[in-house]
Amino acid sequence: MKLIKTTAIAIATAATASAALAGPVMDKIISQGHVQCGVSQGLPGFSNPDANGDWSGIDVDLCRGVAAAILGDADAVKYSPLSAKERFTALQSGEIDVLSRNTTWTATRDTALGLNFAGVMFYDGQGFMVRKDLGVDSALELDGASVCTNQGTTTELNMADFFRANGMSYEPVVFEKADEVVAAYDAGRCDVYTTDTSGLAAQRTKLADPGAHKVLPEVISKEPLGPVVAHGDDQLLDAVKWTIYAMLEAEEMGLTSKNIKNKAAVDTNPAVQRFVGNEGSLGEGLGLSADWAYNIVSQVGNYAELYEKNITPIELPRGVNSLWTQGGLMYAMPLR
Amino acid sequence: MAEKYTPGTHPDLPPPKNLVGPAAWIRDNLFSGPVNSIMTLFCLYLLWVIVPPLVNWLFLNADWIGTSRDDCSKEGACWVFIDVWMRQLMYGRYPAEEIWRINLSYILVVLTALPLFFKAVPSKVKGALAGVLLIVYPIVFFYLYVGGSFGLEFVETPRWGGLFLTLVIAVTGIVASLPLGIVLALGRRSEMPVVKSLCVVFIEFWRGIPLITVLFMASVMFPLFVPEDLSPDKLVRALVGVALFSSAYMAEVIRGGLQAIPKGQYEAAAAMGLSYWKSMLLVILPQALKMVIPGIVNTFIGLFKDTTLVLIIGLFDLLGMAQAAATNTDWLGFTIEGYVFAAFGFFVFCFAMSRYSQRLERALDTGHK
Amino acid sequence: MSQAPHKMAQMPSKPPFWRDPDKRAMLFQALALGFVLYLGYSLVSNTMANLERQNIQTGFNFLSVSTGFSIAESIIFYDEDSSYLDAFFVGLGNTIYVSIIGIVLATVIGFLMGVARLSNNFLLSRLAAVYVDTLRNLPLLLQIFFWYFAVLRPLPKPRNAVEFGESVFLSNRGLVGPKPIWEDGAALIGWALVAAILAAIGIGRWAKQRQAATGQTFPIWRTALALVVLLPLAAAVITGFPVSLEVPELKGFNFRGGMTLTPEFAALVLALSTYTAAFIAEIVRSGIMAINKGQTEAAYALGLQPGITMRLVIIPQALRVIIPPLTSQYLNLTKNSSLAAAIAYPDLVAVFAGTALNQTGQAVEIMSMTLAVYLFLSLAISAFMNWYNARMALVER
Repeated sequence: MKLIKTTAIAIATAATASAALAGPVMDKIISQGHVQCGVSQGLPGFSNPDANGDWSGIDVDLCRGVAAAILGDADAVKYSPLSAKERFTALQSGEIDVLSRNTTWTATRDTALGLNFAGVMFYDGQGFMVRKDLGVDSALELDGASVCTNQGTTTELNMADFFRANGMSYEPVVFEKADEVVAAYDAGRCDVYTTDTSGLAAQRTKLADPGAHKVLPEVISKEPLGPVVAHGDDQLLDAVKWTIYAMLEAEEMGLTSKNIKNKAAVDTNPAVQRFVGNEGSLGEGLGLSADWAYNIVSQVGNYAELYEKNITPIELPRGVNSLWTQGGLMYAMPLR
Repeated sequence: MAEKYTPGTHPDLPPPKNLVGPAAWIRDNLFSGPVNSIMTLFCLYLLWVIVPPLVNWLFLNADWIGTSRDDCSKEGACWVFIDVWMRQLMYGRYPAEEIWRINLSYILVVLTALPLFFKAVPSKVKGALAGVLLIVYPIVFFYLYVGGSFGLEFVETPRWGGLFLTLVIAVTGIVASLPLGIVLALGRRSEMPVVKSLCVVFIEFWRGIPLITVLFMASVMFPLFVPEDLSPDKLVRALVGVALFSSAYMAEVIRGGLQAIPKGQYEAAAAMGLSYWKSMLLVILPQALKMVIPGIVNTFIGLFKDTTLVLIIGLFDLLGMAQAAATNTDWLGFTIEGYVFAAFGFFVFCFAMSRYSQRLERALDTGHK
Repeated sequence: MSQAPHKMAQMPSKPPFWRDPDKRAMLFQALALGFVLYLGYSLVSNTMANLERQNIQTGFNFLSVSTGFSIAESIIFYDEDSSYLDAFFVGLGNTIYVSIIGIVLATVIGFLMGVARLSNNFLLSRLAAVYVDTLRNLPLLLQIFFWYFAVLRPLPKPRNAVEFGESVFLSNRGLVGPKPIWEDGAALIGWALVAAILAAIGIGRWAKQRQAATGQTFPIWRTALALVVLLPLAAAVITGFPVSLEVPELKGFNFRGGMTLTPEFAALVLALSTYTAAFIAEIVRSGIMAINKGQTEAAYALGLQPGITMRLVIIPQALRVIIPPLTSQYLNLTKNSSLAAAIAYPDLVAVFAGTALNQTGQAVEIMSMTLAVYLFLSLAISAFMNWYNARMALVER
């Protein structure tokens, strides 16, 4: 059994690695034939299971993109729903290959926790949601409030900083699972629900009367959310990183899941030909097949498509997540 | 006018009216004194406060028929919610067209287990059936549920859920922990100091830590402890955690049985020239295990209830599934119905088992202490 | 050849070592030990290698770093500047606190229910039976959720809180009541209480000796009660009542000041104690039933009152049967308090193995510390109960 596995790895390595030596996690992904992806337990727009247990959301699509790039099949993904508390341990231990769970990029996580952030899927910031009938218009009026949030998040730390910096007291009520936070906030256990503004928009759909709540104007932190891999596999880091860039680049070039097949055949633009793998050797450098980017866009879509499909329904405008050409922060490094 | 009887021929008179009948029963059992009367009134008040609203909510004002939340008035329970989600609550996200596999296994288990409850069935047949239940079925069902061979479609374990998953975890836990528990119990009573202390440490360790930490470590930390290429399925790891955990409890139950066997039995077995294993397997264990069947059933009940903790590590058992259903945006606000249904499911199993164990306890109680 | 039997008869040759039970046992144990040691070694080395490979921080240095997060409830001082070690003690303190309260409540409810089940009152014993059968057969986690989300949900908002005597308020933020503020001189009251308790114990001993020597009884309980109430009261009068009550006030969103019983704590304690009480009720019932009926009859024959019979004859004997299973219920309750994480009560698992683990990422260190605590707690409880058991054991003469 072990012999077969080793042989398979050896063959896979020989097949893919001409420039770079495949990393251990990459090997594992190829030999097991799927990407084990850590996602959240249920956050509409990011990763949410439907009644049949099929996952959707922008974080889920990133996993699918990585699978398309590495294995050529966007469906070769298995999902591990994780609570915020479990996610880093699961990644550190190797329980999952990629963590794509609206995770904030911070220095500590990038270094001491033994993790590598591959990029940013969504620029976000922490906000507050309150009941409209509370009559509060600013987060600075929240002195003495009870605040519901998730365990093991940057939110917990930012919240402490914010209240301390403004000389306000508060009562933290910290749950392990997001659904319990929402249930407790909805039950009136807390005056305030705080998490990333995208999370507020998403979880709002799970409230009994979404219209009775409002998000306060203050955004108290920077929350760049992106996929994470463990230290020790640069090749996988590259693959995930360039999956994001490929999605952005595709949007910039106007390549979508619908037109890419046609454009690959007829478009003479060398950048497009390079992107789909008809020219150049981008895939080789990454240790992936030549059509890796083509697979991502054709099977999953470009960033704008993902945003339309997943985030727009929870009523979040693109804002800072627009392309740099449209005044946003999304900027793909050149694919060449 | 009194009739006359010769001495000794007077027929038995009925007891005085105030000593028989409902009135007397009520007086004796409910109002035999001031304290008792107050208690009775208090109990009646309690019942009056609790029962009518509960019945109203559960049955009278409840909505039973429909397909969406609009079919539910807000006055009583919305059983439509349970009805719509029934498949998920029972089988999780197991593919609909493959559910016959699970039902088939249920039918097989019931058919095999049924004869065990009848006295008329000879004990040899019973033994064979028990062997099938405990050894053959686990293997067969593994292939049946997982699929991927014998032309069955492969169903990955994250799709397993609901009551089905609860049963899988509880039954695997008990089937695996029984032999392990026997070995540990024998080890703890062994005369070899090293073996004995290893078993004591093992048992006390697992009995001392909360199951939730065991499950946490099994689900996310396990790969850290083993070589890189060893990575069993998450459900399998949770099962191993549960089995090890309950084996420690099982060991203590069985040890109780071993201690209750009179020393003469050990000595007699030794005098017959039986080796250690033979004397254990043929003489001691059959007696000891029979004695602790109620304890084993109780351990099983505990295990059955503890399976709910797997929802904390992201597996959807009956309770987890009920919660997941209640957070579906189309079905918000029916959390309590979900909890009540899950409670009903657990209660049916646990209550039946505890009644069974009490009956066994009485049947096995031969009177002498 | 012909000499062999003769030789054997003279001095029985040693059997080969695999037939010698002692040697075999030795070999078997060596193998078992070796296997376990190997297992432990590979566990440690694998973990080390895996941590090393991924460049994850290890060691216990993180314990002195300040946490930066805050914790809702604590029985010791804690703020955002406190270290992870402080957070550990906060969690530990809360776990112990909730366990002790839970154990006391569970014991009281359990004894009441156990006695109620044996009551002559038909209705009462039926109700107690329903209580026991229902709560014992439902998962604890479900009961915790039920208390938290179903029972506490309909409570009013703080603004519409239910008032009890203008100083106690019940709302969905919990039960808020006045908090005593001790001023100068209050220490005397505390000392008076300690002195009263010591005196009560002394009198108890003296009364027992006197009863043994002379047969005369002494109203110990009444005296003790009077001492414990009157002595601190006297001290308070002397020092001029150096206590003021801090009455909670509705300010902004919440009540400020006073003492709060949070819904998380309440739900956890209620669920833990009612659940465990169902088991304790059964233990108590079977304990009392295990006492031979002749004991009661003998006590009556001696002219003892029913109350005294229960207190001096039945219960002391029943306790011997009750205590061992009671111990394991206490242990279970302590371990089950770890389910607090599900409803945001900051116990050890929620604070330390939850938030702290996530912020530092040092799963191995944190889980080891957490497991060590639970092991220590359970060993401590069973040691205490063993000691108590030995004291209560039948002294055979």
